[in-house]
Amino acid sequence: MDKSEMKIKKELIDSAAMGRAITRIAHEILEKNKGTADLVLIGIRTRGVPLAERLAAKIEEIEGIKLPTGILDITLYRDDLSTVAQQPIVHRTEIPFDITGKKVVLVDDVLYTGRTVRAALDALIDLGRPLQIQLAIMIDRGHRELPIRADFVGKNLPTSKDEVVDVNFKEIDEKDAVLLLEKT
Amino acid sequence: MSLKRKDFLGLYDVSKEEINEILDTAVAMKDILTRTVKKVPTLRGKTVINLFYEPSTRTKFSFNLAAKRLSADVMSISKSSSSIAKGESLLDTAKTMEVMGADVVVIRHSAPGAAKFLAENISASVLNAGDGAHAHPTQALLDIYSIKEKLGQIAGLKVLIVGDIAHSRVARSNIWGLNKLGAEVAVAGPQTLIPREIEKMGVKVYSDLDRALENVDVVNILRIQMERQESGLFPSIREYREIYGMNAERLERIGKKAMIMHPGPMNRGIEIESSVADSSQSVITEQVKNGVAIRMALLYLLAGREIDNENLN
Repeated sequence: MDKSEMKIKKELIDSAAMGRAITRIAHEILEKNKGTADLVLIGIRTRGVPLAERLAAKIEEIEGIKLPTGILDITLYRDDLSTVAQQPIVHRTEIPFDITGKKVVLVDDVLYTGRTVRAALDALIDLGRPLQIQLAIMIDRGHRELPIRADFVGKNLPTSKDEVVDVNFKEIDEKDAVLLLEKT
Repeated sequence: MSLKRKDFLGLYDVSKEEINEILDTAVAMKDILTRTVKKVPTLRGKTVINLFYEPSTRTKFSFNLAAKRLSADVMSISKSSSSIAKGESLLDTAKTMEVMGADVVVIRHSAPGAAKFLAENISASVLNAGDGAHAHPTQALLDIYSIKEKLGQIAGLKVLIVGDIAHSRVARSNIWGLNKLGAEVAVAGPQTLIPREIEKMGVKVYSDLDRALENVDVVNILRIQMERQESGLFPSIREYREIYGMNAERLERIGKKAMIMHPGPMNRGIEIESSVADSSQSVITEQVKNGVAIRMALLYLLAGREIDNENLN
């Protein structure tokens, strides 16, 4: 859906609440993994990337250790390529370390149908054999079409399929906020 | 912005934006070639047919590999080993391929316009892999990619193409593409091998190679075909080597920053000396690798058309 044809219905989460959610997820990641050993963060393009960087910064603040972070582009692994009008633009995957034997925390902004995560799992496994893959997301909006769940969730937000959850990061967008958009 | 065309026939009717999109896509494709698992599932279920009416080793191999890296099914047909040898027409052969489910037909043919003719008559995407002396767009794109990769940009660069310009689809395609991206293109070669009115394509023409090499950033050396000498277009191989051959002395004169390219196959010791071909300024082997990435990018971009785009989250 084209966001330019949509209007803002509601601000669901403001910048302060987003910051608190990121802090909590960072603590949960450390707790579940009992520290930072073998841990790496990989953000899915586009908005999984700033979230992964924020989590890395927060974890560094807490533990004093900078986790390796990478960027995953899932375009070539999408399951809808034979049904889209134009091929989506392919960007680079930038993971400057070996993921074999690592505990990978995959990071994305919104978990919806689960298809992006499915594509990301296939893309990761072509790059190596991680010890574990965990999933961290800012918003879980429901409507799953595949058996996929997140390990770390910023907020669960039940939505209707006509709505769009738009997570904004000040690195890319104007400010930090989670907006609910609907068709005009 | 995305490539919105059924066929890819040449760089003459492609926009600067489209060229840049292909180059950008090829960057991600090249990354795949350096991984342990050198394959992505992107074109599963798609069929690519290589229809080669002219002998070709590297272009055919490169297209084959590109299709396989993207998980497409690929079939190659050469002139000698098919019904083409029995006299079947180009169109009949292509229609047969189409009925068998070809999504993309890659064609190499000695007749200029063969790819365009095919494109107008079949519904599969047609990709020109060289039509006579007309166009060879994937070679030009991989040349441009190789320049951009090494020198960072195309605009403002001085690119010299040396050799048999008249019979070269590689030269023509490079001129179209490089001009669109803002490079200054010049050609050098014996007057008998420079087409009349080539200046109208927006290039400078030199018959003196040493003058042409002044302040040059890129030298793209074309293969000299022996049969041209037999038909009297230049006096002797030895004379060609003296006057137009790229040798160590000329390499030193253009400086360390300038790069050397050759589309292959090379005549070592004629148009290019071995010490030049194997120098640190030469990107000749990298060109081969970049060819696979460029062809992957084009197959990817051409295979996705029709139907509606939807976000997935």
